Amino acid sequence: MKVVYFAWLRERVGKPEEEIAFPGTVRTVADALSHLISLGEEYAYAFEKPEIVRAALDRKHVKPDAPLGAAREIAFFPPMTGG
Amino acid sequence: MTAEIRIQQDDFDLSGEIRRLTEGRADVGGVVSFTGYCRDEGGALSALELEHYPGMAEEEIARICTEAEERWALKGLTVIHRYGKILPGEQIVLVVAASTHRRAAFEAAEFVMDFLKSRAPFWKKEHDVDGNEGSWVSARDEDEAALDRWD
Repeated sequence: MKVVYFAWLRERVGKPEEEIAFPGTVRTVADALSHLISLGEEYAYAFEKPEIVRAALDRKHVKPDAPLGAAREIAFFPPMTGG
Repeated sequence: MTAEIRIQQDDFDLSGEIRRLTEGRADVGGVVSFTGYCRDEGGALSALELEHYPGMAEEEIARICTEAEERWALKGLTVIHRYGKILPGEQIVLVVAASTHRRAAFEAAEFVMDFLKSRAPFWKKEHDVDGNEGSWVSARDEDEAALDRWD
């Protein structure tokens, strides 16, 4: 699955995107986030406050309990500050 | 009508955008626009760097515009959001709403701006006047709270 990061999450992880094969036990967005945290300290740093991280599946906002389903792209980013 | 949505690095021209919504027609009774500018934060800020999620930015703004079109009878709706490096005094965002009557145009423009602030995937990073890359702008609780009144 393609995983993309934005803003300070991108800076902390150290890359804008990557391909990750999530294990079968990863069913929801929250599961995916927990899995990422286990990948290394840069991920643990990026997701140290998981409650403020927002996510999108195939470019649509989703809640942490959303199932990954057949989505091809998952994005993680901080609260938005446009406008 | 279909909303005109543009995500671009370049600046935009308000009068040209109003003309695009009104030229050659006589059914528009009012146009309301909002332009957001880059502040210098009392002289401390040298530039803003705007990052966005290509693809999702357009799609999310389109979803917000569709919702606005369902709520109000609009004759035209334009949203332009810039990304990249933006200097103090420069324009960042534009919303233009055209309708038969003023209230729909006022309300739709405000609705789109309120949702754009908290839902469109853009992030601002501040660069300070000393040339240092500053910090990411924090989201404001009041921006999120502003959405509640549209329920």
